[in-house]
Amino acid sequence: MSELLQQIINGLALGSIYALIALGYTMVYGVLRFINFAHSDVLMLGAFAAFYLAPVLAPTLGAESIPLAFAVIVLSAAICACIGMLIEFLAYRPLRSRPRLTVLITAIGVSLFLEFAGQHEKVFGAATKPFPALLPNADAGFGALHISSNDLVVLVLTAVLLGVLWFIVQKTKLGMAMRAVSFNEQAAALMGVNVNRIISFTFGLGSALAAVAGIFYAMRAPGIEPLMGVQPGLRAFIAAVLGGIGNLPGAALGGLLLGVLETVFGGIPSVSNYRDGIAFAILILILLFRPAGLLGKTQIEKV
Amino acid sequence: MSALLECEKVTIKFGGLTAVSDLDLRIGEQELVGLIGPNGAGKTTAFNLITGVYQPTGGSIHFGGRPTANVKPHTLSLRGISRTFQNIRLFAQMSVLDNVRTAMQGNRAQRIRDALFRGRVFREVEARVEHEAMELLKIFGLDNFADANGKSLPYGDQRRLEIVRALATQPKLLLLDEPAAGMNPTEKEELMDLIRFVQDKFKIAVLLVEHDMKVVMGICQHIHVLDYGKKIAEGAPAEVRANPKVIAAYLGKDDGDA
Amino acid sequence: MSGLFKDARFFLLLAIAAAIGVSLAAGSFNRYYLGIAIDVGINIILAVSLNLINGHTGQFSLGHAGFMAVGGYVAAKMTLLYGAALFLPALFVGGVVAALVGLAVGVPSLRLRGDYLAIVTLGFGEIIRVVFQTSEFFGAATGLTGISKLTSFAWAWGLAAVTVYVVACLVNSTYGRGFIAVHDDEIAASAMGINPVRYKVTAFVIGAFFAGIAGGLYAHHKAVISPSGFDFIKSIEIVVMVIMGGMGRTAGVILAAIILTILPELLRGVAEYRMIIYSLLIIGLMLTRPQGLFTISRKK
Repeated sequence: MSELLQQIINGLALGSIYALIALGYTMVYGVLRFINFAHSDVLMLGAFAAFYLAPVLAPTLGAESIPLAFAVIVLSAAICACIGMLIEFLAYRPLRSRPRLTVLITAIGVSLFLEFAGQHEKVFGAATKPFPALLPNADAGFGALHISSNDLVVLVLTAVLLGVLWFIVQKTKLGMAMRAVSFNEQAAALMGVNVNRIISFTFGLGSALAAVAGIFYAMRAPGIEPLMGVQPGLRAFIAAVLGGIGNLPGAALGGLLLGVLETVFGGIPSVSNYRDGIAFAILILILLFRPAGLLGKTQIEKV
Repeated sequence: MSALLECEKVTIKFGGLTAVSDLDLRIGEQELVGLIGPNGAGKTTAFNLITGVYQPTGGSIHFGGRPTANVKPHTLSLRGISRTFQNIRLFAQMSVLDNVRTAMQGNRAQRIRDALFRGRVFREVEARVEHEAMELLKIFGLDNFADANGKSLPYGDQRRLEIVRALATQPKLLLLDEPAAGMNPTEKEELMDLIRFVQDKFKIAVLLVEHDMKVVMGICQHIHVLDYGKKIAEGAPAEVRANPKVIAAYLGKDDGDA
Repeated sequence: MSGLFKDARFFLLLAIAAAIGVSLAAGSFNRYYLGIAIDVGINIILAVSLNLINGHTGQFSLGHAGFMAVGGYVAAKMTLLYGAALFLPALFVGGVVAALVGLAVGVPSLRLRGDYLAIVTLGFGEIIRVVFQTSEFFGAATGLTGISKLTSFAWAWGLAAVTVYVVACLVNSTYGRGFIAVHDDEIAASAMGINPVRYKVTAFVIGAFFAGIAGGLYAHHKAVISPSGFDFIKSIEIVVMVIMGGMGRTAGVILAAIILTILPELLRGVAEYRMIIYSLLIIGLMLTRPQGLFTISRKK
C-alpha cells in the first residue's frame, strides 16, 4: 500500500510537469483551434536555456542555491516566451485564415526544424548533456514515503503557477480577453479586443510554462538533448485531450492523472514494457468514447 | 389512405432545449406543403429530423409506411427523401455536371469492381449517368455550364443546381430549405414556377420551408406554422393568413419580406 | 480525364511491360541508382495510397507508416519462415493484414474530424510501432534481419503501376465521385444517398492494403527492418509528398514522390543539413503554396 502511495507521489510530480505543458497546448488550441506540435520543443529550449545560463549566473548567485534557481527559471521562461511569440508571428499568423490542417502541418515543420537544427553540432549537438543542479537535492519525506526536495519544489511551484494562471485567466481583463477570443474571435475583435496581441500573449504564456516544465523535467532526467521534448510533449498533449482540449482545469487535471497512471502502471513489471503504448491507448480510448474529454463539453454540429 | 410522410408527436431535445415538440405533420403523394414560422421556430430542425440527420427523442416518423427511426440519412435518401439546404451545400471541388452525377450513385449503384475492371458494364453505366444528368441540366437550363465549377455560378443558379442535384436522386419527397433566400422578386417568381413545374413533371411531393409569404401563400396547398418548436396553426393559405395566433407570432418578430 | 481512362487497362499493361523490360536490362545498371529507383517506386505506392485517404476522401491520416510496417513485417516473416519462393503471396498477405488493420483504424475514425482524426491515426501508428517493438516474434527492437533481397525494379514499378491504376480508376468513376463528395460535404453527400461510412472505411482499407504492399517491397529491398524505420517521421514524409503534390491530384502526388525521394540523395553532400532543409521546406510550402506545387491554381 505504501508502495502504491509512493508511486502516486512520484506520479504527481511527473504529472505536474505534464500539467504545465498541457496548459500551453490547451491555451493555444483555445485561441487558434489547432494543435501546436512545436510546443514540445519549446520545453527543450527552456531546458537548454537553463543549461547555458546556470554556469554563467552561478558565480554571482551561488551554485545550487535558491537565488540561482529563481533567476535561471525566470530568465529561461522569459526567453522561451519570446521565442514562442516569434514562432507565432512568423509561422502561424500568416496562416490565420487558412484551414486548420495547413497550420497543423506548419507546426510539424517548425517542430522538426527546432529538433534537427538543435541536433546540429553548431547548435546544441545531438549528444546528451548532463543538466546542472540548480538546487541541492535532499531526501525529504515522512515515514516510509520518500520524496526528493526537487520533486517537492516541482509540486509546490506548479501549484503556485496554476494559481497564478487561474488568477490571470479568471480575474483580470487580459484573461477575460483571452477567454473571449477563444469563444468567438470575430466577436471579441468587435468588442475592441486586440486579437493579435492576445494571441501573442497566449503563446508567450504557454511557452513560459513549457520552459519551466522543461527545467523541471531536466531536473529529474539523466540529461538533456534536442529530442527530449518529444515524449513528454506527446504525453502532455494526450493529457490535454484527456482533460478536454481547450479546457484549462481539464489540462491540469489530465496532466496529473496521466502522470499518476503512467507511474503506477510503469511500476507493474508485466506492463512496464508497454509504458509507451499506455499513453496512446488512453488517447484512443478517450477519443473514441468521450472525445470532449473529462471536463469538456460536447459540440453539436449545426446543419 | 396513408400519407407519404407521417410525423406523429415528434419531439427533439438538445440538452435542456426542446427544439421541436409534439409535431404532427402529414404529407400526401404529390402534395405541396409549406412549413413557416418565425426565425428559430424549429423548421430546419424539423427537416433534419425528417431526413434522419437527427433522431427524435419522442414521437415517430414514417415515410412510405416504414418507420425512419435510426435509419441513416443516406438510406432515407435511397428510400426517396431528398433535400436542399439553407446555406447552399454544393460539392465545392466538382463541376456542375459532377454535382448532379454524384447524386445518381446512390440509385444507379455502380459497384467498385465495375470501376476497377472498366468493362462493358462500366462504360454503359457511365454513359447512362452522363446522359441522364445532362438531360436533367437541360430541363433547368444549366447544361451550358456543365463543366464549370459549381460554385462559380451566380447565386440563383447555384440554388437551382442544388434543386437539380436533389432531383437526380429520383425522390418521392423533396424538402426545400428556404430556396428563395437572397433572391430578388423576379427570381422569386421564377422559383415559384420552377417548384410548380418540378412537382408536376416529376410527380413528387414537396415540403417547403420559406420566409417569404408571397412564395408560400402563392404555391402551397397546405401550410403548417411553427413557433418555438410547436405547431400553432395548420390549413389552407387563406385560413392560415387570417389566423390570429399566426399573426401574433409574427408581430414584433422580424420576418422581412411578408 | 475520362477519355484517358477508357484506355486505362492498356496503359497499365504498357507500364508493367516497361517495368519488366527495364528490370531485364538492369544487370547493366549502376546498383546505386537502381536502388534509388526502387525506392522511388515504393514511395509512389505509399504516396498514392495515402492520397486516396487524405487527398480524395479528406480523412487526415498521420499513421500511414503503421500500415507499411504491418505489411513489411508480415511479408518478411513469411519469406523468412517459408522461403523466398513465397514472395508474391507474402506481399499479398502483408497487404491483406495491413488492410485489416486499416479497417480497425478506419472504423473509429468515422466520428472524428480534422485535428482529432490526425491525432488518433498518429496514435494508432505509434501503437503499431510499439507492438512490433515489444514482440519477440518480430524481433523486438532489433527487428528482422537477413531478409532476401527479392524486390526488383519490375516488382517495385510494376506494383506501383497497379496501385496508380487502381486508385485512379476508382476515383475517376461514378462510384469514385462518392469519395470526393464525402470530402467536400459529408452531410450533403449523405442527403444524396452516399454512405459516408462506407466510403471512408473503403478508403482506409484500400489505402492500407497498398501501404502494406509497399512495406513488403521495402522489407525485401533493404533486407533489414526495425520499428524505428516506421515512426511518425516516416508518416510525415509520406504526408508531405501528398501535400506537395496537391491533395487529390494523382499525377502531382507521383511527381512529388519522385522528387522527394531523389532530393535527399542529391543533398547527400550536405547530409547534416538535410532534415533542417526538409523541415524548412514543409514550412515554406505551407506558407506559400499549401495547395501543392503542381496544382493549376484554382479559386478556393
